[in-house]
Amino acid sequence: MKDLNKLYYIFCTLVLLLSGNVAFGSTLKVCKSCAYTSVKQAVKMAKPGDTVLIEKGVYQEHGIEIDKPLTIQGSDNPVIDGNYKGQILTVLASNVTIQGLTLKNIATSYRQDDAAIRVVEQSNVRILNNTILNTYFGIYLQNSDNCVIKGNVVSGKNVTGLNESSLGNAIHLWYCNNAEISNNKVRGHRDGIYLEFVKDSEVNNNLSRHNLRYGLHFMFSDRNVYTYNTFTKNGAGVAVMYTRDIRMEHNTFEDNWGAASYGLLLKEITNSVIYNNTFRRNTTAIYMESSSRLDIQRNDFDRNGWAVRLLSSCSDDVFKLNNFTGNSFDVSTNGNSTLNKFENNYWDKYSGYDLDKDKLGDVPYRPVSLYSMLVERVPPSVMFMRSFMVDLLDNMEKVLPSFIPENLVDEQPLMKKIEHDNDRKLTQVLR
Amino acid sequence: MNKIIKYVFYDIIRNKIVLAYTLFLLLLSIGLFNLGGSPDKAILSLLNLVLLTVPLISIVFATTHFYNSYEFMELLVAQPINRKKIFMSEFLGVACSLSGAFILGVGLPVLLFGVSITGLYLVFTGVFITFIFVAMAFLASVITRDKAKGIGIALLLWFYFALIYDGIVLFILYTFADYPLESATLALTALNPIDLGRIIVLLNLDVSALMGYTGALYKSILGSLWGIGLAFALLFLWVIVPFISSSRIFSKRDL
Repeated sequence: MKDLNKLYYIFCTLVLLLSGNVAFGSTLKVCKSCAYTSVKQAVKMAKPGDTVLIEKGVYQEHGIEIDKPLTIQGSDNPVIDGNYKGQILTVLASNVTIQGLTLKNIATSYRQDDAAIRVVEQSNVRILNNTILNTYFGIYLQNSDNCVIKGNVVSGKNVTGLNESSLGNAIHLWYCNNAEISNNKVRGHRDGIYLEFVKDSEVNNNLSRHNLRYGLHFMFSDRNVYTYNTFTKNGAGVAVMYTRDIRMEHNTFEDNWGAASYGLLLKEITNSVIYNNTFRRNTTAIYMESSSRLDIQRNDFDRNGWAVRLLSSCSDDVFKLNNFTGNSFDVSTNGNSTLNKFENNYWDKYSGYDLDKDKLGDVPYRPVSLYSMLVERVPPSVMFMRSFMVDLLDNMEKVLPSFIPENLVDEQPLMKKIEHDNDRKLTQVLR
Repeated sequence: MNKIIKYVFYDIIRNKIVLAYTLFLLLLSIGLFNLGGSPDKAILSLLNLVLLTVPLISIVFATTHFYNSYEFMELLVAQPINRKKIFMSEFLGVACSLSGAFILGVGLPVLLFGVSITGLYLVFTGVFITFIFVAMAFLASVITRDKAKGIGIALLLWFYFALIYDGIVLFILYTFADYPLESATLALTALNPIDLGRIIVLLNLDVSALMGYTGALYKSILGSLWGIGLAFALLFLWVIVPFISSSRIFSKRDL
């Protein structure tokens, strides 16, 4: 009995301690009939550590500057309407949390890059579960480390026919390290997620679609991880430029279809891995330029125009255990490059045989067709696609290769398509 | 003239080749549409087959038919009928029955399984190609009285348009790769009805996204109603030119 009492006391003290922590900052309510009727007012009066709780309603406000560590929380989706007059929230303090708000209406401003939420040179800012509608920039972080952007919906406008310069980015990070961007849904902007000089960050489980330029765009952003994201119907799914040590895994690149569209555009990227991604119905699934030491494994390339466009400036890239199905061109290259390796991939166009039944084809497969080389060298010849002559030439070249790069070859192509989840054993054996 | 067309028509239907041709096309298109995949994909596969088989069958059938009905034509020439009229009715009889077969064999399945602008273009292109190659067949047959020679010329014509021409153009493009060739390619494809037909259909499928800059140029020209009109006008020219020249040879020739 005594023991139980003791326990009870300890429990009570713990509860008190915890509630004391919450009570440390007081809560300032904002609503039509509360002490504070505007967010700006409440933020001004709040002390560091306080919570500003915004109740349901529409607030016509802009230029709210958060200059102390606060929690701005919305209950029942309050709406702050910027009325196209300027930025809505500007965070000028560290340890700020912004949660559960709906922010909308920001005009295109070429001079200031107005955003719904801008964080300026702070750290530990958390932006959670907000809805941002019809803005120029959505969430804009500059020089801010250790920030979390999670569960937000950023939705712009219908981008068809718009000019790139008239649109901002949904989530824009500039010189921000250790950021976590996850579970966001972005659409209708220039770039869905834009990272420049962002290091050691994670981008997970985001959905980026219908953006004019790129779903995810990053430059000079080393050591980042991108997993389980989906990029649909963007100008190009992901563009990676001038970057190294990237991990891209389990992403889906879909329907990036158009005259100048790419699933994944790689330019000057090195020492990175691309595992278990799915590329479906892109004009060009992966376009690689001056990229080296990339490890591209266990991806699915399905029904793309070009599965891989490997320019001859790339070297030491390894393609292994990928599925190539239903692509118009599997691999095309513009030179006689032999610096990249293809091993144990599955090609649906492969017509070899497997006498010793080890599930590997006995005849090497050359994924570059004569016609794809011709198209790469003389672009107008693409107009002869599906011409009978072209099929004939391709088949002749397959039997007696003389023009296609002799060494760009998969020596042991797989006979069967890899089910990436079920065939672990096979992949282990081959590894 | 209508009477002669009717006779030619009956004659063709009686010898069952056209019936077999219709069935062949019908089976092919129904098979392709049911093979799974989207109607767009079926139209794409159908296009390849149509552009290969339709010209071949049209040209061979029309040539043999022309030589086989020589006696009938001689009989008609003995009557007070204008030679041009005889020739015209022969041409229309053959071309219409073949395109009728094509419309039944391909048009009907397209209507049933994949009605779209692209399907419509495919059918139009097929009909035009039938007319063009029947006209070429007649040209080949009026040039020489020798049946074997005539069929040889017809086959050569098919071979040239279906295969050799593309090879030559690809060779030209490859040789002059350093020059801007977009407009040149446009002009060169207009000189081959098969290429022209293929491009009209392809540009309306989403494969056209693969065609890059050249494709965009083509689309800007052929994408509008005016451009499509121009393309079909070109195809029409491809019917008219061989037909008129062969008709002229036929009316002057000693039979």
